[in-house]
Amino acid sequence: MSENEMHGAIQEAIGSNPVILFMKGTPEAPMCGFSARTVAMLQSVGASFAAVDVLPDPRIRQELSAISNWPTIPQLFVDGDLVGGCDIVTEMYESGELVQALGLEGSDADGDGDGASIAQAQAGPPLTIENRL
Amino acid sequence: MSATPGQTSATPEELKARIEAGIPGAVATVTGDGHHFSAFVSAPAFAGLGRIAQHRLVYDVFGDEVGGRIHALSIQTRTTEPEETR
Repeated sequence: MSENEMHGAIQEAIGSNPVILFMKGTPEAPMCGFSARTVAMLQSVGASFAAVDVLPDPRIRQELSAISNWPTIPQLFVDGDLVGGCDIVTEMYESGELVQALGLEGSDADGDGDGASIAQAQAGPPLTIENRL
Repeated sequence: MSATPGQTSATPEELKARIEAGIPGAVATVTGDGHHFSAFVSAPAFAGLGRIAQHRLVYDVFGDEVGGRIHALSIQTRTTEPEETR
């Protein structure tokens, strides 16, 4: 995959997934504390989200940062817009804005498990990039 | 100590000085271990900006060093009234 193709694939992934997290590792096995915390907050509010691991190919991070004008990982996008990294997601989680931004207001996100929204990452990664290094 | 980026490891003092020099009216508190840093930045320049734009102002002080020489930079921002910093 060329850098142009990767650029396009990342933009496509951001555009086609209402909530998408670019992270180090996977939601099941995060490889960085900041990514792990961000996943935990999303799961705690009952968000469904797509996740992309940036680690298999350094160009993913390079092209992502070129698109988002944001230097660090993780990066959370909602409806195609960058919401922020771990710091901003933490502030929004604590203030209740995260639930609002994710459109989860009024849903059962209080963790007692009797509601419709169960924390669950999408089964397949939206962006699969072969590691040919 | 020089505030010019080099190959030496970064210090909280360096980051504080560069943030305060780079953002008009900014007051920064920086902690860190040479690789992972945490910065609390108050500035009147943040007025009217969303969080993303505020954090970008701080990241922009360091450019490519974030993720490299400065392995991680955690940021909290607060907008101050211009008179608070006088």
